[in-house]
Amino acid sequence: MNLSAIDPVLLIASLMVAATPIILAAIGELVVEKSGVLNLGVEGMMITGAICGFGVAVESGSPVLGFALAAIGGAVLAMLFGLLTQVLLSNQVATGLALTLFGLGISALIGQSYRGISPPATTRLDMGPLSDLPVIGRILFSHDWMVYFALALVAVVWAFLKFTRGGLILRAVGENHEAAHALGYKVVRIRLMAIAFGGACAGLGGAYISLVRVPQWTDGMTAGAGWIALAIVVFASWRAGRVLLGAYLFGGITVLQLNLQAAGVPVPVEVLSMSPYLITIAVLVLMTSGRRGNSAPAMLGRLFHASS
Amino acid sequence: MINRRTLLGATAILATIATGAFAQVDKVKVGFVYVGPVGDGGWTYYHDVARKAVEEHFGDKVETVFQESVPEGADSERVMTQMALSGANLIFTTSFGYMDPTINVAAKFPNVKFEHATGYKTAENVGVYSARFYEGRAIQGHIAGRMTKTNKIGYIASFPIPEVIRGINSAYAHAKKANPEVEFNVIWAYTWFDPAKEADAAKALIEQGNDVILQHTDSTAPQAAAKAAGNVITFGQAADMAEYAPLPRVSSIIDDWAPYYIARTQAVIDGTWKSDNTWDGIAKGMVVIGEISDAVPADVKEEALALKASIVDGSYHPFTGPMKKQDGSDWLADGEVADDGTLAGMNFFIEGLTGEIPN
Repeated sequence: MNLSAIDPVLLIASLMVAATPIILAAIGELVVEKSGVLNLGVEGMMITGAICGFGVAVESGSPVLGFALAAIGGAVLAMLFGLLTQVLLSNQVATGLALTLFGLGISALIGQSYRGISPPATTRLDMGPLSDLPVIGRILFSHDWMVYFALALVAVVWAFLKFTRGGLILRAVGENHEAAHALGYKVVRIRLMAIAFGGACAGLGGAYISLVRVPQWTDGMTAGAGWIALAIVVFASWRAGRVLLGAYLFGGITVLQLNLQAAGVPVPVEVLSMSPYLITIAVLVLMTSGRRGNSAPAMLGRLFHASS
Repeated sequence: MINRRTLLGATAILATIATGAFAQVDKVKVGFVYVGPVGDGGWTYYHDVARKAVEEHFGDKVETVFQESVPEGADSERVMTQMALSGANLIFTTSFGYMDPTINVAAKFPNVKFEHATGYKTAENVGVYSARFYEGRAIQGHIAGRMTKTNKIGYIASFPIPEVIRGINSAYAHAKKANPEVEFNVIWAYTWFDPAKEADAAKALIEQGNDVILQHTDSTAPQAAAKAAGNVITFGQAADMAEYAPLPRVSSIIDDWAPYYIARTQAVIDGTWKSDNTWDGIAKGMVVIGEISDAVPADVKEEALALKASIVDGSYHPFTGPMKKQDGSDWLADGEVADDGTLAGMNFFIEGLTGEIPN
């Protein structure tokens, strides 16, 4: 065992990278679910974003353009879900699952000619003297810009839901769509916007995996990250701050357990391997316990039709 | 109007048509069950290359079907049942975790032949096949031991099964022989395919000073991580992964299943198929050593090729004594060669490796 081999600074820096795709996908899904829609297609939108972003970044040489197209790709796929569930009133669970299968298939199709290619590097944000600070500089101020973008997005979503009129309307639609409709709010339109936002975020998360974290294109490369994001939204009881905490816990412990294994810490590997799931769930559930009532949006997964 | 009687009638007609089709076997249908996507660039990719070789070899006489990304466990049983019901005559199940499901489904379809990769359970209509990857691991271990500068070699292992443990032991024994200072750090990823996790594991190993990364997982993600880090060498796993040559990928183990798949399909066509237990290595061409790149010094490359030659002509076996188990107990006496039974069920590390094998 050689714990000194683990550099805590590098460890924290890499856990931020590991958590970023989950943060992005989860914060998008949080908004979708707050509007009362359950979209289980996060995995499909992520993988679609991963290949759209990868393809565009490789062709154009610009990771920024890649991320932009990844967001659009995820949103387009999400609009398919939106059309089916909001306009044609299909079952949200079944449609979401189908969206995942569809996303995995179409991404493998688009990705056929992109195997084994390296994408252009996503630049680290240059923060001048801040990046040169010992310890703090490496942990906080020397990441690629998507890490900061994800953090900023969480803050924006939190503030939007808590302080703005738009956030209040979104939550109203999610809590009681009949009442919101009676007050004259366009339930379907608001939900479609939320779904598109969720898709764009999932697409960004997927592109972060293919452009930064791995970085390469491989079929099915998100390998379940979308489902983790979905679970974190639930265990975080639909709160933006806790989504951030959950994603960092999960990403952090995943990276930590790999580091502990590499350093030969005498803890059974089985325990280390399941620790990210156990600890994330335990922490988030403990934080929620003692609170009364169910914090899920009341209309989650329910169909809405204006004439009824 | 569809009532129950017409429905029954329709089913009966369909059944007659179906049995009629079965009666005249003019076309052999071969099914493949894959654990990852065909585009993983590694393990599953090469099984699919072999499937295409079967199609090409037999042309119209054979039809192949495959299902990718099938989870190990109950799901795989459903997939195999579906394939058998849809008329497959021969089904290849290509991952260790399909072992019990294959045996279960095979019991229900005595007329369908099954071939399970890397397992050890056989039945009247279930054969097993695997490749002696540990021969390739010996060559990798030698190159790794000679080329490491930090004397730390990282190993991304998948699941604690004999095939993976054999690979670690073989690589370690030969790295140690080439460089007595060498130290192995093993990470159990508990997945065959998860690029993000494989990349994280590779990064964790690299950050801790390992400058050679061996992998027993299926994607090229560790290669990408090594390339980004620089000064790290890797080996292609299950496929050549030549897109990462000459650095970080300095050589590879390629699984060439095509000749075996073609031979077994031919056996089904001829009606001569029998349950078998095939375990071939470099000599028979089931394991191919990918080109050793120019990043490897000439003398090391020469030694590696000499090692390969001695394995091919049978003068050397990678598990030749003296060798002790991790706990210090004797395993192989001087000059003694490990028997296939012990190798097939290998569940212990050899002396010098640190860390425990998870249960």
